[in-house]
Amino acid sequence: MKLRSLAGALAATVALPFGLAQATDLEVTHWWTSGGEAAAVAELAKAFDATGNKWVDGAIAGSGGTARPIMISRITGGDPMGATQFNHGRQAEELVQAGLMRDLTDVATRENWKEIVKPSSLLDSCTIEGKIYCAPVNIHSWQWLWLSNAAFKQAGVPVPKNWDEFVAAGPALEKAGIIPLAVGGQPWQAAGAFDVLMVAIAGKDVFEQVFAKKDEEVAAGPEIAKVFKAADDARRLSKGTNVQDWNQATNLVITGKAGGQIMGDWAQGEFQVAGQKAGVDYTCLPGLGVNEVISTGGDAFYFPLLEDEEKSKAQEVLASTLLNPKTQVAFNLKKGSLPVRSDVDLATANDCMKKGLEILAKGNVIQGTDQLLSADSQKQKEDLFSEFFANASMTPEDAQKRFAEIIAAAD
Amino acid sequence: MTALTRGSVRPNQWLRNLNAKIASIPMILTAVVIFLGGTIWTVVYSFTNSKLLPRLSFVGLDQYERLWAAPRWIISIQNLAVYGFFSLVFSLVIGFVLAALMDQKIRFENTFRTIMLYPFALSFIVTGLVWQWLLNPQFGIQSIVRSLGWTSFSFDPLYDADIVIYGILIAALWQGTGLVMCLMLAGLRGIDEDIWKAARVDGIPMWKTYVLIIIPMMRGVFITTLVIIASGIVKVYDLVVAQTSGGPGIASEVPAKYVYDYMFQAQNLGQGFAASTMMLITVAIIIVPWAYLEFGGGRKRG
Repeated sequence: MKLRSLAGALAATVALPFGLAQATDLEVTHWWTSGGEAAAVAELAKAFDATGNKWVDGAIAGSGGTARPIMISRITGGDPMGATQFNHGRQAEELVQAGLMRDLTDVATRENWKEIVKPSSLLDSCTIEGKIYCAPVNIHSWQWLWLSNAAFKQAGVPVPKNWDEFVAAGPALEKAGIIPLAVGGQPWQAAGAFDVLMVAIAGKDVFEQVFAKKDEEVAAGPEIAKVFKAADDARRLSKGTNVQDWNQATNLVITGKAGGQIMGDWAQGEFQVAGQKAGVDYTCLPGLGVNEVISTGGDAFYFPLLEDEEKSKAQEVLASTLLNPKTQVAFNLKKGSLPVRSDVDLATANDCMKKGLEILAKGNVIQGTDQLLSADSQKQKEDLFSEFFANASMTPEDAQKRFAEIIAAAD
Repeated sequence: MTALTRGSVRPNQWLRNLNAKIASIPMILTAVVIFLGGTIWTVVYSFTNSKLLPRLSFVGLDQYERLWAAPRWIISIQNLAVYGFFSLVFSLVIGFVLAALMDQKIRFENTFRTIMLYPFALSFIVTGLVWQWLLNPQFGIQSIVRSLGWTSFSFDPLYDADIVIYGILIAALWQGTGLVMCLMLAGLRGIDEDIWKAARVDGIPMWKTYVLIIIPMMRGVFITTLVIIASGIVKVYDLVVAQTSGGPGIASEVPAKYVYDYMFQAQNLGQGFAASTMMLITVAIIIVPWAYLEFGGGRKRG
């Protein structure tokens, strides 16, 4: 008995190569199923298996919108998994308040997360009433425009350096039979693209006034009207995309069938899997080349409260493995995201990731909308923008009016 | 009650068939606790501001006000009305015509019946995917017709917001008419052969016999079919998810999908409950008067 608890305590603090006598299975659910994502999650599994435990992969296909209800109903329904991915922020807020999630403050203080996690807003999003409930694993930023160099070459125009040039190049691309802007049919993609346009065109302050302070007058004002004007351009350029998933839309850019895509840096993993090189085959423009600001939302792992002691210990091991510098590098390189700690070496990072790291170091960051808005407001926004992007007869003015209403009702 | 007024002349009504009554207790409990209890629970919580987890903090009619102000809900209701009306009319008409044709003592009737009923064996998800491919302009009907030489041919209902609901309707009819046909055929077979003979002797044309004699006699079958189709209409969800996931934009949204999305994706149970209560009311408005006419108001009809 004594030996066993000793071994458990050891395993909790150090990553033993041979580990526990009996490996503990821990089911981990996530929605990382595209090529680049699956390669990245395999790195996490490898690192966790090396501690002598066993990563039981619970991948749920169909992106977060499909996966989250399954995860939540398993936790609330009394069949919790060992650990689960969420976008940290407000998605798991109520689960924590209901006492269903495990408090990780012990692990966090022991490993000094407060010092190592940069920017600190990541850990703040994990903190509810002074306690830490999740382990951030990466920083994902939305504010990127991915461009296919081949597509622009075919159309005979130079690769644009910012959003305005991109819009101007639209007709040339269309003439060459290329869709200028790929926007997948899943509602979150249209809503996300709008948020990106907002930061790029109206700037950081307006973004914060609208989403953090929920100022409806700004949301109805002239700055946001400009953003809706740009969204109207984006809608015109995206006509004919006819695909659903984001990675199918990214694939259109990879194969040169589309000129560009506004998508988060997770798209980078797809370019990498396809064997393309940043700067040569594709170009990335953070902040659409207008306003180089990136959001620092991302993914985090939450740990449901379990009764099984062995598993609870394995949860601690997993939490510390996730923030281990080696795991951070291996995982983030494959995923195309940025590490949550600034003290790791990313010498092998490609051009685009380096651009991201630079912006991060300069502190040009904003919080992601998942951190600022509740799932309910996000869904209303998705409804609005999926309608806006699909329905050419909806005027930007009408859409802005509805947008301001959503912001006014947001909590 | 009669037992009480007549004293001990007859044994207590409640104790008759005691074994059968005891045996049906589990089913009664299931119906009362799960169906009725669940329904009441949902309606009560639709007046609260429950988010991810149910919470009893009442907010009056707020959820309903928000629901009826939401453009997506309005579009869902319109889609349901269009889909419901055409689905009802077409599946009854096509189903009956097919059954009447099948009833002409044709050869290979069994084979035809199997072919017609076969789509019904597929789930809505599979049906939806099959029709998603068929209606996809890049691989489906449009590309086949174009490859045959008619290059300006255009048929892509699933990508046109104005007609997308008809694209879904096509798939639903393909899947559902086989069953309607079988029910109708069973009804036709239940008609006495002598009636046909009598009609023929009187020289009544065949279509008139169908419309004026046979269809009124098949009233029971029609009502059963109607209930089956109607319940399928209100709960349509998986077909839409598989074919369009509500798109383009929100043009093919349906109420059941609104309920699911708001309950689970938006983590707003109150809003989802309010929407499902509205669905319940819709069903009740249709079913209750009909059930009253059919089963209530005396048993005048045989």
